[in-house]
Amino acid sequence: MPSPFLARGIPWLSVMAFTVLPVLILIASAPVCPPLGFLVLIAWHQLRPGLLPLWAGLPLGLFDDLYSGQPLGSGVLLWSMAVIVLDLVEAQLPWRNFVMEWLVAAALIVAYIAISLGFANLAGAATGISAVMPQIALSVLIYPLVGRMVAGLDRFRLIPFVELG
Amino acid sequence: MAPPANRRPGNSRRAQYSTFIGYIAGAVGAVIGAALLIISIYDPAAFAALRGLASDAVEPAGRLSASTRSASASAYDTVNAYFRAGRQNTALQRELRAAKVKLAEAQDQRAENRRLKALLGLTKNEPDYLLVTKLTASTTTSTRRMATLGAGRDRGVQVGMPVRSQDGLVGRVLEVSITTSRVLLVSDSGSLVPVRRARDGLAGFAQGTGDGALQIRLIDLASNPLRKGDVFVTSGTGGLYQPGTALAVVTARTRDGAIARVLSDPAATDYVMVERSWAPPPVPQSGSPDPASPASTELP
Repeated sequence: MPSPFLARGIPWLSVMAFTVLPVLILIASAPVCPPLGFLVLIAWHQLRPGLLPLWAGLPLGLFDDLYSGQPLGSGVLLWSMAVIVLDLVEAQLPWRNFVMEWLVAAALIVAYIAISLGFANLAGAATGISAVMPQIALSVLIYPLVGRMVAGLDRFRLIPFVELG
Repeated sequence: MAPPANRRPGNSRRAQYSTFIGYIAGAVGAVIGAALLIISIYDPAAFAALRGLASDAVEPAGRLSASTRSASASAYDTVNAYFRAGRQNTALQRELRAAKVKLAEAQDQRAENRRLKALLGLTKNEPDYLLVTKLTASTTTSTRRMATLGAGRDRGVQVGMPVRSQDGLVGRVLEVSITTSRVLLVSDSGSLVPVRRARDGLAGFAQGTGDGALQIRLIDLASNPLRKGDVFVTSGTGGLYQPGTALAVVTARTRDGAIARVLSDPAATDYVMVERSWAPPPVPQSGSPDPASPASTELP
């Protein structure tokens, strides 16, 4: 039987880890790093719909806001919306292939990065959309890799650690 | 992936309600997010304490990664230097000869400076810094360019203090927490630094573009005398930044100014200096409407 802590906790912990790790590892002078936490969240939802609850965007988005530098609330709002959109897509298109999942994820990523930029500009910045173009391209291209990694984590999550007595 | 069984709750009222409540919870999350966002747009410092606590919490990890970052950078440099040793040796000897001449000139100028300063009655104006520390983290995904500094209120860091590396200006302190503080990098589009051209003192402003470069705008808009390779230093106008701190070098001319590259790439700096704000905050005049001010009570 899998460990209940790992089985339920790994999706949450992986999203949080990929939110905070790039912040600590990289000192960047331009926004080039993909929003890895957000990508991992999308990947979990596409792999295991319903594993993360619909309100998961609230705590995870808040955690992202604390480290991302965005005005606080931007992540909470956008991550919550993304989870709802993913759930609606799941209800409309229960059978999807790889390309379809990638397209849905790409649409969400582009919208997320562009709206985040808009929120940052509302809160006092004045950055052009051209500054985030490399980030958008990199995020869309890297998404299938994130999907594979999340699939690996999902296998790890379900390894039977606890012996049935 | 096939939809799991509980996606269609069927006739069970309870299952239908729990699906419905799930959507409500998601929508409530979004509404809370919007409310928080509006608050932080109108008052950017509203959640500074919360952010501070969060960066304090991961500060030890950031300190660790900061040391591995500089170690890996130097390991790469070492290997690289090995491959380029011969060519580099010749180039360095040539540069050394040129540098010796420059050094002699500089010594002469320093002596002259000292003479002139003594003549003017100026005291020696060393840039006095508060402490030396590391950048432990930075924003990587957002267009806001901020970094976290491994020192906070515990070591006397205050909001507004300039931060520089040995290569030039890095940014200024925006929020201070207990053991960390948040630095607004000069490449952030909300950062505006008064600058002058190092060569002739041509005044202007350098605003971040958000993608690691600066937009230089001149105060005198009549002509655009900027050239590729011009070096800009801080002018000290406004009293926040020490005058004469190196900032950027022009890489391309634009119609009304130039695009410049920041000299101190925060990715390549390991240690930074936190300086005291250059000029003290303005002292209220005697006869100002604020009678409780200590400055006015000290006046005779």
